[in-house]
Amino acid sequence: MTKIKSLDDLRQRKQQLEQSMEIRENSDHPDSLVQIKVAMATCGIASGARAVMNAFVEKIKKEKIPAVVTQTGCMGYCYAEPTVEVKKPGMDPVVFSYVDVAKAEEIVDKYIRNNELLDGILPANYQTI
Amino acid sequence: MYKMQLLVCGGTGCRASASAKIVEKLNESLASHGLTQDAQVVTTGCFGFCEKGPIVKVIPDNTFYTQVKPEDAEEIVAEHILKGRKVKRLLYENPETEEHIPDSKHMGFYQKQLRIALRNCGFIDPENIDEYIARDGYSALAQVVTELTPQQAIDMVKQSGLRGRGGAGFPTGLKWEITKNFTSDQKYVVCNADEGDPGAFMDRSILEGDPNTIIEAMAICGYCIGASKGLVYIRAEYPLAIKRLQIAIKQAKEYGLLGDNILGTNFSFDIELRYGAGAFVCGEETALIASMEGKRGEPRVKPPFPAEDGYQHKPTNVNNVETYANVPVIFLKGPEWFSSIGTAKSKGTKVFALAGKINNVGLIEVPMGITLREIIYEIGGGIKNGKKFKAVQTGGPSGGCLTEKHLDTPIDFDSLVAAGSMMGSGGMIVMDEDDCMVSIAKFYLEFIVEESCGKCTPCRVGNKRMLEILEKICQGKGNMEDLDHLRNFANVIKDTALCGLGQTSPNPVLSTMENFYDEYLAHVKDKRCIAKKCKALATYTIMPDVCTGCSVCAKNCPVEAITGERRQPHFINQNKCIRCGVCYTKCKFNAILVQ
Repeated sequence: MTKIKSLDDLRQRKQQLEQSMEIRENSDHPDSLVQIKVAMATCGIASGARAVMNAFVEKIKKEKIPAVVTQTGCMGYCYAEPTVEVKKPGMDPVVFSYVDVAKAEEIVDKYIRNNELLDGILPANYQTI
Repeated sequence: MYKMQLLVCGGTGCRASASAKIVEKLNESLASHGLTQDAQVVTTGCFGFCEKGPIVKVIPDNTFYTQVKPEDAEEIVAEHILKGRKVKRLLYENPETEEHIPDSKHMGFYQKQLRIALRNCGFIDPENIDEYIARDGYSALAQVVTELTPQQAIDMVKQSGLRGRGGAGFPTGLKWEITKNFTSDQKYVVCNADEGDPGAFMDRSILEGDPNTIIEAMAICGYCIGASKGLVYIRAEYPLAIKRLQIAIKQAKEYGLLGDNILGTNFSFDIELRYGAGAFVCGEETALIASMEGKRGEPRVKPPFPAEDGYQHKPTNVNNVETYANVPVIFLKGPEWFSSIGTAKSKGTKVFALAGKINNVGLIEVPMGITLREIIYEIGGGIKNGKKFKAVQTGGPSGGCLTEKHLDTPIDFDSLVAAGSMMGSGGMIVMDEDDCMVSIAKFYLEFIVEESCGKCTPCRVGNKRMLEILEKICQGKGNMEDLDHLRNFANVIKDTALCGLGQTSPNPVLSTMENFYDEYLAHVKDKRCIAKKCKALATYTIMPDVCTGCSVCAKNCPVEAITGERRQPHFINQNKCIRCGVCYTKCKFNAILVQ
């Protein structure tokens, strides 16, 4: 282990280490973050949800977007998998259908950043508790 | 980069229920599903919800699994981690609505809590200093040693209003200042981790869950008072806390956060451990210091206080674990932030160990000024089995009982003293209608008699005499004079005992006499124990209409006091009965009536 010799050393070390803790820090106040839920039931996984989830995780990390990516079970839209629900703080959740890696990037760039809606939004006809 | 993390409680309670095995099984399952790149298992400190341990918390969705067994690991991984389906049967169930609560943010147990001293417990891996640093660890120390003078730092602690969490509530900043103002070639910073109140385990949990915060705070204190040596006095019966503290000290030394010239300044500080044998009196600071010096753990007359004449006769600052755990936060968030929490004279939060007849046994941290009602009914989930609340004992053997009329009193150092109890280290033992208050007072006196060091007469002899009187009363042999004697003894011991242990030892008796005098009267005058706890005062009779005549009671009665024909109602001969209660526990038909 290298020694921490000054205040700057400590700050640098903290910055390097912060990322590994980010997932835990964010989960501590989920309501103030964008929540991205990828449907990862059998139907979702078979349609490529895992790759989609990875794409979200990486993009968010790379662009330092205050968001948390979680997985959920089947949302019932098996015909439109992979589906992704995005909930921005203080807004109603929006469900995107037929999401692939390219679409995932688009969701982040357009909807999450600029509130721009995209094609393929499923009507919100359910309530969650 | 992990997408999910599984935080497994590694506190003493959960480890006793095989949480180490759970970690192993989770790792095996993750490997067999090829998920080791996606999810990580982290062993953390105590989550506080010990009632339902072992706890496994899944991040980032805060899923809170309770009472997990090693064999549940595979299901958690296969269902939750792989497919995103929560394992419903392991979720916490709200006892009132019987509803499963998927995430910890919506559990009543956590909603009213504010975690400052426990901020990292159940959040970071206590054996990895990097996780502590990632959460601003050692930043407070860095700020203090590079930017502030000792006096400036002490002023911040004073401004924050932090008071000692060990029991008496002495202002921490003032204590530091007094120690600083004595000049000496060597001074010491001591951490009192000799937690001895029955039912209290907050210090152990902090040391097990976040040992680095104690190291950081002790170093800050060392800088402030001008000490280069720190000592932690910890009970040898806390092996896990000792191990984690040793790991943390080793890692801090490797990083140069302990040792010579910390962070390039000319401040040096080192910490050593001293083990105690678990004597209650060694929590008293002068007895603690004597024990650390290798002498008998006996208190001495104060003054001089340790700030002037402490370890090896050098100026010594002694603070409790929980007090230290608050210190780094004061520097990180500012003294104004800290003093904005709490009541006029008690700032910040307090950790309580909830125990006894309460649904959610565990460790909680709440802002000062919260009411007992909120703690017991909202966080604690109410009284077990729907029984009626009777009292709560705070402050351990030095404290007293609070009753229904105190339920809405805001809790802080001063209000508890005004109500005839004290904060103490924060044990909270809840009692219901089935508890006999005379027996409770007797229990605490037994503890005191056992733990009294014997140095001064009032405590050594007086408490023993009081205990004898209480035993007499519980046997049904007490008279009204005994009650007067009890009171007199209590007041004399309070006024004349040498140390804090002795001076506060009669409190449980005084406060139960104050609040439950009718129970004492019932024992003495009517020879009755309302709660039916004092066996010598109970009468056992058989209800003839319920008795089936199975004769199990007669066979088990050790003194052959029960007679009766088979298949005919039996009868207890009261002259022979020794009131052992065996018939009551053996009867399968609830035919024995206890009065």
